[in-house]
Amino acid sequence: MLTMLKTRADLDALRERCAAAARAEEKKILVCAGTGCVSSGSLDIFDRLREIMSEKGVDCTVELQEEPHEHAVGMKKSGCHGFCEMGPLVRIEPQGWLYTRVRLSDCEEIVERTILRGEHIERLAYQKDGTVHKEQEDIPFYKKQTRLVLEHCGHIDATSILEYLAIGGYTAFEKALFDLSPDDIIREVTESNLRGRGGGGFPAGRKWSQVQRQKEPVKYVVCNGDEGDPGAFMDRSIMEGDPHRMLEGMMIAGRACGASEGYIYVRAEYPMAVSRLQNAIAQAEACGLLGRDILGSGFDFTLHISRGAGAFVCGEGSALTASIEGKRGMPRVKPPRTVEHGLFDKPTVLNNVETYANVPLILNRGAAWYKSIGPENSPGTKAFALTGNIVNTGLIEVPMGTTLREIIFDIGGGMRDGGEFKAVQIGGPSGGCLTAEHLDMPLDFDSLKKAGAMIGSGGLVVMDQHTCMVEVARFFMNFTQNESCGKCVPCREGTRRMLEILERIVAGNGRDGDIELLLELADTITNTALCGLGKSAALPVVSTIKNFRSEYEAHIYEKRCPTGNCRKLRRISIDPKLCKGCSKCSRTCPAGAISGVLKQPFVIDPDKCIKCGACVEACPFHAIKED
Amino acid sequence: MTNKETMLIDGVPVEINGEKNLLELIRKAGISLPTFCYHSELSVYGACRMCMVENERGGLEAACSTPPRAGMSIRTNTERLRRYRRVILELLLANHCRDCTTCENNGQCKLQSLAKRFNIEGVRFPNTAEKPLIENSSVSVVRDAHKCILCGDCVRMCNEVQNVGAIDFARRGSKMTISTAFDVPLAESPCVGCGQCAAVCPTGAIVVKNDVEKVWKALDDKNTRVSVQIAPAVRVALGQAFGLPGGENSMGKIVAALRRMGFDSIFDTSTGADLTVLEESGELAARLEEGGHELPLFSSCCPAWVRFCETRFPELLPNVSSCKSPMQMFAAVIREQARASSRRHVHVAVMPCTAKKYEARRSEFCPDGKPDVDYVLTTQELVRMIRESNLIFSELEPEAVDMPFGTMTGAGVIFGVTGGVTEAVLRRLASDKSNSGLMRLAYTGVRGLEGVKETTVEVGGKPVRIAMVSGLGNAAKLIERIRQGEHFDFVEVMACPGGCINGAGQPFVPAEEKAQRSAGLYAADKLCSIKRSEENPLMMSLYGGILKGRVHELLHVHYGAGEEERHG
Amino acid sequence: MNTHEMYQTADAILDRCGREQRSVIAVLQGIQEHYRYLPRELFPYLAEQLGVSEARLYSVATFYENFSLDPKGHFVIKVCDGTACHVRKSIPILERLRSDLGLSDKKVTTDDLLFTVETVSCLGACGLAPVITVNDKVHPGMTPDKASELIKQLREELQNADNA
Repeated sequence: MLTMLKTRADLDALRERCAAAARAEEKKILVCAGTGCVSSGSLDIFDRLREIMSEKGVDCTVELQEEPHEHAVGMKKSGCHGFCEMGPLVRIEPQGWLYTRVRLSDCEEIVERTILRGEHIERLAYQKDGTVHKEQEDIPFYKKQTRLVLEHCGHIDATSILEYLAIGGYTAFEKALFDLSPDDIIREVTESNLRGRGGGGFPAGRKWSQVQRQKEPVKYVVCNGDEGDPGAFMDRSIMEGDPHRMLEGMMIAGRACGASEGYIYVRAEYPMAVSRLQNAIAQAEACGLLGRDILGSGFDFTLHISRGAGAFVCGEGSALTASIEGKRGMPRVKPPRTVEHGLFDKPTVLNNVETYANVPLILNRGAAWYKSIGPENSPGTKAFALTGNIVNTGLIEVPMGTTLREIIFDIGGGMRDGGEFKAVQIGGPSGGCLTAEHLDMPLDFDSLKKAGAMIGSGGLVVMDQHTCMVEVARFFMNFTQNESCGKCVPCREGTRRMLEILERIVAGNGRDGDIELLLELADTITNTALCGLGKSAALPVVSTIKNFRSEYEAHIYEKRCPTGNCRKLRRISIDPKLCKGCSKCSRTCPAGAISGVLKQPFVIDPDKCIKCGACVEACPFHAIKED
Repeated sequence: MTNKETMLIDGVPVEINGEKNLLELIRKAGISLPTFCYHSELSVYGACRMCMVENERGGLEAACSTPPRAGMSIRTNTERLRRYRRVILELLLANHCRDCTTCENNGQCKLQSLAKRFNIEGVRFPNTAEKPLIENSSVSVVRDAHKCILCGDCVRMCNEVQNVGAIDFARRGSKMTISTAFDVPLAESPCVGCGQCAAVCPTGAIVVKNDVEKVWKALDDKNTRVSVQIAPAVRVALGQAFGLPGGENSMGKIVAALRRMGFDSIFDTSTGADLTVLEESGELAARLEEGGHELPLFSSCCPAWVRFCETRFPELLPNVSSCKSPMQMFAAVIREQARASSRRHVHVAVMPCTAKKYEARRSEFCPDGKPDVDYVLTTQELVRMIRESNLIFSELEPEAVDMPFGTMTGAGVIFGVTGGVTEAVLRRLASDKSNSGLMRLAYTGVRGLEGVKETTVEVGGKPVRIAMVSGLGNAAKLIERIRQGEHFDFVEVMACPGGCINGAGQPFVPAEEKAQRSAGLYAADKLCSIKRSEENPLMMSLYGGILKGRVHELLHVHYGAGEEERHG
Repeated sequence: MNTHEMYQTADAILDRCGREQRSVIAVLQGIQEHYRYLPRELFPYLAEQLGVSEARLYSVATFYENFSLDPKGHFVIKVCDGTACHVRKSIPILERLRSDLGLSDKKVTTDDLLFTVETVSCLGACGLAPVITVNDKVHPGMTPDKASELIKQLREELQNADNA
């Protein structure tokens, strides 16, 4: 049962009690309950650990209470650590040890040795190149990161408002209610030069002041949690791992702009984020941190959750608000802008999850401190989802302006399987690709824009020399084409045609002039599409043509895929020197393309061959080759 | 010195006078910027991207959604803009059915004319559309999804202006279509057949159903006598298709043309309207006498409104006048009169309206299974027939309609414009029968093309509260007010904005030319020697003859009675 | 389906989400969660209650990917009919599945809503052809007899689950 807080003093007192209770937990086991670790079985690990603890009579608490419980072991389900591929992850405190890939059979040993005897289990620690990294912070993946927005993810119980209070949660909101005027808040946020983390990089402070200036009495604060880029999950991790942090940011925005209602739009594919947020809102309401006359300040604020229903385009502001209003998620023309006529036609502050999560930090530590991180024009940190042909994949946070080289080779551990770095696709289907020449370019809004890419929501897909860039472009265009809302002609018809052309190129039917036609369509779409998603739809194609034109040309003019990726362009042949004429390939071939006389070399009819590769697998003498 | 705000359009200073957007200002400046999805009466959709203009920084903006600002400078015709417009047109043409010569909309199609204007010489993309999807369940309009460019004009018309909501977008992206709920045929949807979707469709994706061939067939049959009635609104619009000024009354020429085409007897629906005035004014007087829940009395001339009422507000049907529409009253009388002849009789009605096609098919108007009106032609279909007859319309000498129904009144003529029915009924009910009384009536707020007009007129010493609405969306809003407790005695509803003059069967012309049609009808009224329906000498003979003892049977109808049967 | 019960279900969802246009998506989500699809029979009622046209409701329902207008079976079986699978005789497998389950190309889901049988153009597992997937789990090297056996297994699996 949570205490209803009526005054500022109530809040301070509760925070004190929570901090004391947290201090009383001498040891803690934090089992990652992010989506990644849950799917690899972390919840079973949690249950098993608890079971063993109770069998062994270890005094443990699974929920932080307002009253300290001395000498207990705290058992927590934490948010995402970002190192999903090493999951399930278990963190041990106070040592700060991280156990990776924990199995049910390891649980007994963890309790017996680590909890009861304080010993480290080397086998479960992260090891690289023969070095054992005991502490989480010592692991190269974490060492080079600056985790500010994600600082609590993995370190606190994401389902408990008391844990958030214990580490000083809602102090920024408290300040915003009692120590700062709305103008002060906006000045601080403007001063910090916090730029929207959703892709465009629009200064948050300017947006807030535009909304604040509107005369309309009803205003809204909306959070964009519709993280639809394939391969991006920064926002999900924050919503799941530190939901109160984001709520606090929204509440401060509401206070600053004069809004008393907020909506969080979460994509339907994030059920855990939805339930964590629902839980967090219910707790904040129960404590009196949401509702009417919060802490006696006279400020009212309520929050609602809107679940998406499967449409990438709803990440666009006006499509998102249309979706909250119960309509088709189709972007509308601007002006009027969202700050004037947004949700339900009222002035609306719309920022994404990561942007709001930055706000408490800025109010707590000040704009000057915030600006000291990263470059002047893009201060602060940025979370990225690092995936692809790289050793360490996962969720990372680095200061803006960190170079790709640091991210890929220091944090990411370099290329996987000795591969050679070829390119990185940044910003998903709305972004572009960067090549080796960009490795030392600082990653920030402006530098990326100059290089013809964009941060987007922050997905980084690292590709090695085996990746076909035409196929990558086709993949993203296929995605965009499927997700186009269909409203404006350039996007609806243009992306369809671009996909058609890319499909014929990777199928070996490219024609002379296709590259020029792609660029012409891209130019039209980029300049005339209605919304931001449409305008950036062609970027993956333009940037791959710019950086890898020769690959396109090889496909079109030589009917050859330099990386051997495009199946339809493969040439499969039988090496007559190695072929023993066993006929296994011809019996395996689904298309009847292989013929020959027993004990003599067989041949493949290229016209019949469907390039499925079944014969390659089947040949016992490795006589069949693809190139 | 006035400090008017100006901006530069293609280097020329243009004064800003409160235009909503750049597009309107650019068009006022004499530049016909291309658009598919912009209609001043609909919300701004901004999807076709044809109206993009270039600003001084080289940025592109859609003119339809950008407000003009003082000091702005834009270009409407640059190399880039031409290139983008061409690519957009090429993209639209790619999956479009390009059988222009056999298209119903040939010559009126915006896509066709813009393709010509921007010199589209070829389409570089394969046509991947599936087979044409013709949907002709409705008696009013025919849809062909293959010709649809998804500009959404029809959807916004059906939802925003008409509030009917029969069609909407379905699916998304390249799979998007315009569809009814669950893609049911239009005839099974709440469609009221007003045809306004066809009126705004820039291509041949929604066209008015064409019944021309059936009429030719009847005309060619020697054993068939073909009679025709012409609605008031037709005479002030048809000429526009032949280059005559908007609003010019070309009734005489129309009669001449019809006679040359072989119609045996030609009548004016205004005569039918006189019957309606007499019946409806009688009904209103009786209801005013009784008072209570019988009020307001809703007019029933407009079949799209009647259908709308049946589907959306069935509880209001008892308040809808029992009078048949002028077309159906007149057709019933003409049918009776023709019984004397032994020849087969086919009756055709030329209407500004697509819903009349549906009205003529209603079971209420098919006594013994045979419709009183065999075919309804829209103004546009008649235009087509005149063209096919090789007649030079502008040079035809005016001729008069046939006897025995040769007299009509000004009251019947003004039925074609919103407020006209009301004014005609009031002429009958007003106690002041002087000419100045007539004049006064015209200034009581019954005239004008506003979507909602309200007035209070004294009848028999009592104030009578009247509303005249056009556009079904306005009707729905008014009904909501009535439900909230507001009182009206009489409500005239016309489904098409502005009334029948803007029916979907009329030639498609720019908005300002449409407005001239109403002036044309009031001018025709002025020229009529008889202004009041009850003074039409024909009425006396009809009531004493054909109608004797059969007024209810021939002139009245009860909507809702047949409803159960059709939908139950 | 019992109409009375359907209206009760719809009413409960409408009460929870609100009877206004802004609740359209939330209501459809509620219906979809309950029935695993959006029953057409409910549309007129939902449209009336939410104050939108049926065409608008259909419009929203078909815009978002998470909504399905067709009921799907508990097991969704996809038969690969890519080139490789086709020449390795995937059609007889499809035919066997359909005849075992009483389905056709028009009727893809069994009346008891246990099985949905669909075809898919290529699963990219040509070397294992012919393949089918059951709720996204790949079953390689299928034959008509194996397919019949698989249906039996799935039924048993379900029965055991019910008993347990």
